[in-house]
Amino acid sequence: MKNYLILGAVILALVSAGCTATRGKKSSVERPSSSASGANDSFDANAGTAGAGAGEAPGTDSDADLAKRTVYFDLDRSEIRSDSLPVVEVWAKYLVANPSVKVRLEGHCDERGTREYNVALGERRSNSLQDALTSRGVGAGQLAVVSFGEERPLALGHDEAAWSQNRRAEIILQ
Amino acid sequence: MNKTLFSLFLLLGSGQAYSQLEITISGGETGAQPIAVVPFAADAAVPGDLAAVIEADLARTGLFKPLRREDMLEKPTQAAQVDYKNWSAVGVEHVVVGTLKTSAAGKGALSFELLDIVRGELNLNGEVAMQNAMRWRSTAHITADRIFEKLTGVRGVFDTQIAYVTAAGTGRKRLFQVIVADADGANPVTVASSREPLLSPAWSPDRKRLAYVGFEKGRSAIYIHTLATGELRKLTFERGINGAPAWSPDGRTLAVTMSFESNPDIYLVNVDSGKRQRLTEHYAIDTEPAWSPDGREIAFTSDRGGQPQIYTVSSSGGAARRLTFEGRQNLCADYSPDGGSMALINADEGVYRVGVLDLKTRSLRILSDGPLDESPSFAPNGAMLIYAAQGRKSAELATVSVDGRTRQRLTQAGDVREPAWSPIGR
Repeated sequence: MKNYLILGAVILALVSAGCTATRGKKSSVERPSSSASGANDSFDANAGTAGAGAGEAPGTDSDADLAKRTVYFDLDRSEIRSDSLPVVEVWAKYLVANPSVKVRLEGHCDERGTREYNVALGERRSNSLQDALTSRGVGAGQLAVVSFGEERPLALGHDEAAWSQNRRAEIILQ
Repeated sequence: MNKTLFSLFLLLGSGQAYSQLEITISGGETGAQPIAVVPFAADAAVPGDLAAVIEADLARTGLFKPLRREDMLEKPTQAAQVDYKNWSAVGVEHVVVGTLKTSAAGKGALSFELLDIVRGELNLNGEVAMQNAMRWRSTAHITADRIFEKLTGVRGVFDTQIAYVTAAGTGRKRLFQVIVADADGANPVTVASSREPLLSPAWSPDRKRLAYVGFEKGRSAIYIHTLATGELRKLTFERGINGAPAWSPDGRTLAVTMSFESNPDIYLVNVDSGKRQRLTEHYAIDTEPAWSPDGREIAFTSDRGGQPQIYTVSSSGGAARRLTFEGRQNLCADYSPDGGSMALINADEGVYRVGVLDLKTRSLRILSDGPLDESPSFAPNGAMLIYAAQGRKSAELATVSVDGRTRQRLTQAGDVREPAWSPIGR
């Protein structure tokens, strides 16, 4: 609950103040280390907020949906699954409304296949997300792309239940 | 709080790493030659049990069955002391005896003799230097290499090293390390450590440097790490992928994967100047380059045909030709040291296994069981392969002889992956 209030407050502060959220500059709200906005700790933040569902938060409905920042993919595919498109819509709207906000798009794969090929496949996925955002009006300068291949799984199992969670691209506030 | 997460420490020779690889062997027992390695005489305090290291090296090949010390009827340290009847009586075919001489400075030499019990004669003798007491294991491995080569005709690889990546912990605490250890798992040394992924360690042909991939602040880079000095250099760090470094046989060029111009393609980067040259230009993924031993050809993984397969291209550029046609996918090529075959990962029906492709006949032999095998690397004598596999509890390393008969598992706490076998010779 505490994570969620902090997240909501940060987003409100960013949205209302329209402040520059580039690295090195502090916003008016102290960035908690476990929030989704931690740039260098993105992987750690991920582990922290994965369980924080889309509950009620201060502000409008779109602020609540910003907590969902992961899109999913089918095996060997780089087209965003249709059930992930609402996440794209919400973030595109937010980024268009806040052109000084920058995000990093991180692509991931499940563990099958070889590691370097999976880095390349992960980049296809984050590029796919980048295209989906720019085609909805987000400026290219707001988006950075990186792939971690299979190196940062969310789920550590060796079955489709785990693999489907790992085939993803995430939006990380910079 | 937002400090750089990529920190490096090189701990030379102090062997400080979380744990050491444990090796278990299976297979290879039938037809193994019985051999006895008699504990050596020493004129001063012995730095370690050299005879035990030699015995373990020979046993791990699956080709030799050492006699236990308690079954030895005598313990000679010179050929003149050996009574052949005492050895043929217990079925032993080869006996190794020796003496370790050390000077005050810790330098020394192992004088050894290898006897052929069946023929009743001396087969080999030699003297192997010991640079200092800390390098005693290397002296034992070099001796084992000489014995192995004399008895099998195949060059030994006991005095080599392996580099590998470990990942331990979860979430915030997940730590990646690049580790270099002796080929028997001893003396692990952490070469690099990071909370962000480390991948693809690759030995320079002179064994003095490792190239590997690291991430820092959300971007990848290829690093060159000089092992003796700890000097670290970022070679490429463009936007997008910087990955899959592979050294040319003359050590002057790295073939790498970069995607900053369009999509993942193979580039050649001069190690000294950093000057780069694009080798492939295709809208599909091209990655995982590997050099042929004569430096003329580069194999790589490409999904230009739909699924990833292995292609080859001349290292001076030109059209790529497809090499693999069996199975749904083929990836991660590694040429054998003599250039006659290629290790790869073959995927069929969702199972990823190590295979060896004969480059003349184009026949493919599958050598492992999967289901998630990856990163095959030839030993520098071409007689075995090391690769990464999924064990019951965590990811492990495994070796298999090219005839498929002898296997080992190398395990430690946490996940171990991405093994690379060093070239021969220090």
